Amino acid sequence: MSPDSDDRSALSWFLTGMRGMFSLPALILMTSIVGFSAFALESGLTRAEAVFMSFAIWALPAQVILVGTMASGANIAACFLAVTLSSIRMMPMVASVIPEMRTKRTPTWLLLILSHFVAITAWVFAITTLRNVPREHRAVYFAGFGVTLTTSGTLVVAIFYGIAASFPPLIAGVLFFLTPVYFNASIWASASQPVVKLAFVMGVVLGPLLALVTPEFDVLYAGIGGGTAAYLIDRWRRKKRRGTKAGSR
Amino acid sequence: MIDEYWTFIVIFVAGFLATDVWRWLGVVAGNRLNEESEALYWVRAVATSLVMAVTAKLIVFPNGTLAESPLWLRLGAAGIGFAVFLATGRKVAVGVAVPMALLIAGLWWTGFGDR
Repeated sequence: MSPDSDDRSALSWFLTGMRGMFSLPALILMTSIVGFSAFALESGLTRAEAVFMSFAIWALPAQVILVGTMASGANIAACFLAVTLSSIRMMPMVASVIPEMRTKRTPTWLLLILSHFVAITAWVFAITTLRNVPREHRAVYFAGFGVTLTTSGTLVVAIFYGIAASFPPLIAGVLFFLTPVYFNASIWASASQPVVKLAFVMGVVLGPLLALVTPEFDVLYAGIGGGTAAYLIDRWRRKKRRGTKAGSR
Repeated sequence: MIDEYWTFIVIFVAGFLATDVWRWLGVVAGNRLNEESEALYWVRAVATSLVMAVTAKLIVFPNGTLAESPLWLRLGAAGIGFAVFLATGRKVAVGVAVPMALLIAGLWWTGFGDR
């Protein structure tokens, strides 16, 4: 972040954030949302319900789970439980970007509103690009990206509802593969600390393994267990390095 | 009357509130974290592991038509693609293009599109 960029106005930072829409990750997310609109139609949701769901939840896994539990005839409490378990991951995701996004004067109500726009794509955007923006403009810069991304995603549901179901299976399958492959590359490329790389490997290995053991809590266990293990290994590594440095003196 | 709006109420309560309560708790927790604090290391590690667990599951247990493709093909495409990405200077475009090309070639070779 160069100090001379500080005199750019908040609006100009908002627009810079908006420009993040014209990027590979945003494009990939829009294609996965096309997939969701096909799924919503097949599961019996109306267009208005699918659109409302996309904007109100803005987390594809939670949306897929809610559609699935609603379609199975579960009551509202059971739906709430299934969705809320899958959304626990939002807490560490939001908590890990807030310290980078705020200044001492950023009002909490603004962060509460902005947190709604944090899902995986916006989280990757935040951890990759926030550090290049002057601190006092980071919240408005993120708002520019997040609000535009969520609004566009919701529009995609409105437009593609009913169209996507007619895609040939090969194309639908290939589109589905884009999302995980993109996350693999972008999260590894943005990892500047060894602890993040360790946590990356832990998550990749533990996620599918625990899915075989505890299909309902797999992601939660993989996240807390794998993340904690990565943190402890990294802490031991940092301590050891400090120890050898002190010893060689 | 209520029947007409019932689905919207379910989406609001079991979707919006069930998800955003964790986002709000994230703001509360994040507000207490110092940018270089030891606790933030742990929170970052947990968030990364969570996201990668979701990601790896999408490859190993995909939904929809990709579920019918062989596991070795998905793992091979993602694994070899990631190795090429690491070996060529970690460019995200490479990390996306190579696995996608391998998957398409593999699907074509196994006759996936014919079904």
